[in-house]
Amino acid sequence: MKLGIKILPRPEVLDSQGRTVFNSLKESGFKLSECKIGKYIVIETSHSQFEEAKKEIQKMADYVLYNPLIETYEVEQI
Amino acid sequence: MKKKIGILRFLGTNCDRDIEQAVAQFGRDSEYLWYQDRFAFKDFEALVLPGGFSYGDYLRTGALSARAPAMQSVREAAGAGVPILGICNGFQILCESGLLPGVLMKNQSLAFVDEWVEMSIETNSLPWTSCYQEKEILKIPIAHGEGRYYADADTLRDLKDTGRIFCTYKNNPNGSAYDIAGITNKTNNVAGLMPHPERALFDWMGSQSGRRFFEWLA
Repeated sequence: MKLGIKILPRPEVLDSQGRTVFNSLKESGFKLSECKIGKYIVIETSHSQFEEAKKEIQKMADYVLYNPLIETYEVEQI
Repeated sequence: MKKKIGILRFLGTNCDRDIEQAVAQFGRDSEYLWYQDRFAFKDFEALVLPGGFSYGDYLRTGALSARAPAMQSVREAAGAGVPILGICNGFQILCESGLLPGVLMKNQSLAFVDEWVEMSIETNSLPWTSCYQEKEILKIPIAHGEGRYYADADTLRDLKDTGRIFCTYKNNPNGSAYDIAGITNKTNNVAGLMPHPERALFDWMGSQSGRRFFEWLA
C-alpha cells in the first residue's frame, strides 16, 4: 500500500521559503492570506491495511522523517 | 602516547582534512571515523564532527547522518564526558541527533552566507574556548545556508540562564535566536557552532583567531 506523508512547518516557526513565495505572489497581484512550504513523501509498504501501514509510516516519521520541534505531519492514503 | 583525535566522516563531509591540519598544529594525530562503523570512543581524546554537506543536506540538514551507526558511538562518548565539537554541518548533526537542543533552519535571508564575521566568546568554560578570554572577539569565517538557530522559548531561556550559549555573532548574519553562533549541552562536553575556527589558523588564511580553539590539545 502506498501512503503519502505531508510535512509542514509549525505555525510558530518562521517559514522563510513560504514567506518569500507569499510575498512574490502578492507582488504579482495574487490575493492570498497564507503560503506555507513543506514536503511530501510517498512510501510504499508491504501492508495491505491502511491502519497497519499508517502505524509503520508513523514509526518512520518519528525516527527521522520529521522534526517535531519545527514540523507537523499527516499520513494519507494515495 | 597521547590519544588521537577522532574525526567523523559522513558522505559529503568536506572539512575533515582541515580539522586534521588544525589539530596537527598542536602535535596531535587524528583518525578518521567512517559513518557506517561503530568505534571505541575510549581510544580518543576528543571527537570532531566537521563541516560539509552530508547526504547532500537531503530531508533536513544533518538528519540522515544523525542516524548513522557511528553516531551510536558518538552518543556513548557524549555520555562518558568525551569532548565533542560539531562545526557547521557537524553542529546540525549534533542537533538532529538530540545531543544538542534545537535545530538549524534556513537562513532568514534564504541566501547562503559565505563571509567573515565577528564572534564573541561568551564563556571559556569548555575545552575548545579555554584558551580565549571571555568576551574576546574573533574574526572568523562562516559558510552556510542553514545556520539560523531555533529552539522553543523555554529552551532558549534555559540555554541563556545556564551559560550554555558559548559564542554569539556581533552582527547576526542568519537570523539566529539570541545571536547564537554556538551552544553546549548540559554537561558542557558536547559543543556545536556554525563558524569555522579551522579556517582561521594563520594570518594568510585571513585571520588566526580560530587557532586557539585547538590549543588545549597541545
